[in-house]
Amino acid sequence: MRKKQQVQTTGEALEKPESQIRVMWDTLKKNKAAVAGLVVILFFLFLAVMGDWLAPYDPEYSDMGHTFVAPCRDYYFGTDQLGRDIFSRVLSGTKISLFVGVAAVAYSLLIGTVLGSVAGYFGGKVDSFIMRCMDIMLSIPSILLAITLMAALGKGLDKAIIAIGTVSIPEYARIVRSSILSVKENDYVAAAKVVGNSDRRIIFHHILPNVVSSIVVRATLGISTAILDTAALGFLGMGVQPPMAEWGDMLGRARTYIFSAPYTLIFPGLAITLAVLAFNLFGDGLRDALDPKERV
Amino acid sequence: MFKYIIKRLLQLIPVLFGVSLIVFFLMRVCAPDPAPIVLGQHATRESMEEWREANGLNEPVVTQYVDFIKGAVTGDLGTSYYTKAPVTKEIASRFPATVELAIIAIILAAIFGIIIGVVSSVKKNSIFDNGGMLLSLVGVSVPIFWLGIMLIILFSGILHWLPSSGRIDPSLRPDTVTGFMIIDSIIQGDTVALKDAVVHMVLPAVTLSLYSMAIIARMTRSSMLETLNQDYIRTARAKGISEGKVTRKHALRNAMLPVTTVIGLQLGSLLGGAVLTESVYAWPGIGNYTVQCIMKSDFPVVQGVVLLIAVIFVLMNLIVDVIYAFLDPRIKFEKKEV
Amino acid sequence: MLLEVKDLETEFKVKRGTVKAVNGVSFEVDKGEILAVVGESGSGKSVTSLSVMGLIRDPGRVAGGEILFNGENLLKKSTKEMQAVRGDKISMIFQEPMTSLNPVYRVKDQIMETILTHTTMNKKEALKRAIEMLDLVGIPAPEQRVNDYPHQMSGGMRQRVMIAMALACDPELLIADEPTTALDVTIQAQILDLINRLREKLGMAVLLITHDLGVVAETADKVVVMYCGRVVEQATVEQLFTKPLHPYTQGLLDSIPKMDEDRERLYMIKGIVPDPIHLPKGCSFADRCDKCMEKCREHMPKLSVTEDGRKVRCFLVSDEVEGE
Repeated sequence: MRKKQQVQTTGEALEKPESQIRVMWDTLKKNKAAVAGLVVILFFLFLAVMGDWLAPYDPEYSDMGHTFVAPCRDYYFGTDQLGRDIFSRVLSGTKISLFVGVAAVAYSLLIGTVLGSVAGYFGGKVDSFIMRCMDIMLSIPSILLAITLMAALGKGLDKAIIAIGTVSIPEYARIVRSSILSVKENDYVAAAKVVGNSDRRIIFHHILPNVVSSIVVRATLGISTAILDTAALGFLGMGVQPPMAEWGDMLGRARTYIFSAPYTLIFPGLAITLAVLAFNLFGDGLRDALDPKERV
Repeated sequence: MFKYIIKRLLQLIPVLFGVSLIVFFLMRVCAPDPAPIVLGQHATRESMEEWREANGLNEPVVTQYVDFIKGAVTGDLGTSYYTKAPVTKEIASRFPATVELAIIAIILAAIFGIIIGVVSSVKKNSIFDNGGMLLSLVGVSVPIFWLGIMLIILFSGILHWLPSSGRIDPSLRPDTVTGFMIIDSIIQGDTVALKDAVVHMVLPAVTLSLYSMAIIARMTRSSMLETLNQDYIRTARAKGISEGKVTRKHALRNAMLPVTTVIGLQLGSLLGGAVLTESVYAWPGIGNYTVQCIMKSDFPVVQGVVLLIAVIFVLMNLIVDVIYAFLDPRIKFEKKEV
Repeated sequence: MLLEVKDLETEFKVKRGTVKAVNGVSFEVDKGEILAVVGESGSGKSVTSLSVMGLIRDPGRVAGGEILFNGENLLKKSTKEMQAVRGDKISMIFQEPMTSLNPVYRVKDQIMETILTHTTMNKKEALKRAIEMLDLVGIPAPEQRVNDYPHQMSGGMRQRVMIAMALACDPELLIADEPTTALDVTIQAQILDLINRLREKLGMAVLLITHDLGVVAETADKVVVMYCGRVVEQATVEQLFTKPLHPYTQGLLDSIPKMDEDRERLYMIKGIVPDPIHLPKGCSFADRCDKCMEKCREHMPKLSVTEDGRKVRCFLVSDEVEGE
C-alpha cells in the first residue's frame, strides 16, 4: 500500500506543473459519466434556445377536436386533455425548467454568499445570529418550506424562483462561511501575508479560488435539486400560471387520466429525470475533478 | 449524557421560536387575505369582516402572534378555518398514517441502502458496484411523484397487482387503537385487514424510500471504502479472521457511524418528502392534508403542521447524536475519563 | 529452518506500469532467531513481510518464488488455510499503534477474537488468557485495562496490546514491521526490550522490519539489507557492524551519529532512491555509489556468498553477474 502511494507522489512530482483548470479538465474528460452529463446538459440548452422553433405546434394552443391522441406520427408524444401537443409542450418546458433552475441557484448563491461571507468575516455575534437563522430554516424540510413560501407568495415563475432559491440559502451560506473560516486560519494565507501580499491580492488569489471550486460543485448539483423542486411545486399545483408548459405542472394536471391516457404522464417525467440526472452526473464529475482527495 | 440532552433540548427553544416566527410571518403577513377563499367568492363584505373578527385577524399582528405562542405553549394551536376543530386534533388523526409510511420507508431505505453500499464497496468497480451506483444515481434524480405515477401505471394499471391509492379498503378498516393500520390489525388479530394494509403500503413505501435509499447507499459505500483502508482492518486480517468477518465485524461497524447520522436525517426529511408521495397515492396522512390546507388558506393548520414537523426534525437530530455516542466509544458527553 | 523465503517476487500494478517492489528476495529465519530486514522506505522490506503474511492485496500480487514455513509453501495455501496460519503460527505487529486497533471494540474483545478464532477455548478461558497476555507485555492492572477502548491508551500501551494480541496464540514467528518507529525514544527501548525478552521466554522467531540500524544492533541476530527490492547484503549483526561489505551498508552505518567521533557533518548517502518503474540497467545503487565502476552501470551483480558465509551483491566483492 505504502509502496504504491510513494510511486504516485514521485510520479506527480516529475510531471510538469500545469494550471489547476487544465488538470481539472483533463480529469473531467476521462470521466465518461461526467462527459455524458455535460453532453445532455448542452443538448437541453440547445432545446431551451431552439425549442420554440423546433416545436411542431404552439405549446399553448388547445385543439379540442384532438384531445387524448395517443403518440403517433402527427403528435410524437400524443396530446393532452386540452388537445395540446405534448411534444411541443415538453420542448417548451425545457426553457422554463432550466431557467428556474439556474435562476433559483443564482438567487440562493447570491444571498447565501453574502450571508456566509458576512458571518465568516465578522464572526462573533453577527456570525452566531446569521447561522442561528440558517439553522431555523434548515429545521423545516425543504419541500415543506417551499410550498409554505408559495402559499404566501402566490403562483408564478418569479415566485417559484424565490421559493426554491430561498430553501437552499443556508447550504451556500454554510459552505461559504466554513470556507472563509478555514482559509482565514490556513497557513498559506498567513504565509501570503508574511510575504507582504495585499489584502485584495490575498482575497482574489488565495481565498476565492478555494471557495469557488466547492461553490461551483454545489451549484451544479443545486441546479438538479432546483429542477426537481420546480417540478414538485408544479405537480402540487403551486408552480407556474396556466397555460404555461412546465413539466411538473403538466404531470399534475394529467394525473387524473393516469389509467385512461398514461402516455400523457410519461414524457414530461422522463424529461425531468434526464435533466436532473445530467446535472447530477456532471456535478459529481466536477467534484471528483476538483477534490484531489477523491481523485486518488 | 443526561445533562447533554437537557442542554440540547433547551437549545431547541430558540429554534422553534424562530420557526414559529417565520411561519407566522409568511401566513399572516405575506399571504393574501384568507377570508374570500374560506367564505367563497360570493361572501359579502360584512360576513367577511365578521369572520375576520371572529378569527382574531383584525388584531394587530404582534398580538396575534403572542396569542398564537401562548396557545402553542399550552398545546393549543388554534382551530381550522373550515372544520372549526382544534388543529391538534386534525393533525393527530392524520399523523399516524404519515409516521407509519415514513418508518416503513426508512426501514426499506436503510436495509437496501446499506446492502447496496456494502456490496459496492467490497466488490469495488465490479458490475455490482456500477449497477448499485447507477441505481442510486437514478434514485436521487427521478422525481418521486413521477416515479409513483409510473409505479401505479405498471403495478395497478397494467399488472393489477397492487392498489393505487389509500391505506386500506374502507370495509376492512380495523378499529383504531394506535392509529397505525398495520399494528392495529395485528393487535386485533385481523389477518385480512393486515394483508390489505400491507398491500396498500407497498407502492407508497417503495416510492418514498428510493431517494433515501440512494443517499444511504452512496454514504455507506464511501464510508466503507474509507474504513476498509484503515490500519485496523489490516490488523484484523493479520489475526487470521475470515474476509467476511472482517467486513461485517470490523469494517461495517465503523463505517456505520456516519451512515447512522444520514439515516436519522433522512427519516426527518422523509416526513417532508411524504407531502409528494401522499399526494400521488391519496394517502390520508399529514402531508397530503397540508397541501390541501395551503390551497384552501387554512393557515392555522399549516402553522401547526410546520411547527410539528420542525420539532420532529430537530428531535431526530438529537436522537441521532445520542445514538452516535452509543455506537462510538470515543465520544463521551460527560467529563473525560482518566 | 522455520521460514525460508526463496526468490520472492511481489509486484504492484500502477497507472504508469508495474513496480517490482520485491525482486527475487531470499532469506531464512531459524527457530528462535531474530532476523532484521533493513532498508530505506521503498526498499521493499514491508512488502516482503506482507507477502509472508499473505496480505498483499490489489493492485499488488506475489508474482513468483516460494515462502516455506516449516517446509510448507505458504503461497500454495488456500485463503482458508492461510487464515488458519495468520494470527496463530505467524503473527504480525505494525508501525502505527495509534490506528492499528479497532476504535469501537474493547481491548479484551480484540485480543479474545484472535484466541477464539484459533483455539478451542471458550469465552471465559479466552478472557483469562487475554488478561494473562496483557500482564505478560507489562500492562499494569490488566484486569481493568482489558476493558479499555484503544483511545483510552497511549501509543506505547497500544503497541503492547498489539504484541499481546499477536502472541496470544503462541506463534512460532512474529513479524514486527517498524514496531517502534511511531513511538517516543524511551518507549522504543521498552518495546524492543519487551520483544527480545518475550522471544527468549516463548522461544519464537522474530522477523524485524526496520530502517533503524540502532534497533538492529540492539536486538537482531542476523541482518538482511535491502535496496530497491533486492537483498544487497546479508550477514550476522557482528559481521555487519564490524565490517560492512556493500557500499550501501557502509553508507547506512556512516550515517548513524556516533558519540566518540567528532565530525563536522553527518555522512549522507548522496542522491535519491531511483524511480522504481525505471530502474537503472546495472546495479540499482550505482548512481549513488562512491565506488561506482563502469561495469556497475551495465550489469547487475549477483548476490554471492563470501568465505565467512555472508552474502553480498557488489562487484567489489565478487565478479559474478546476476542471471549468468
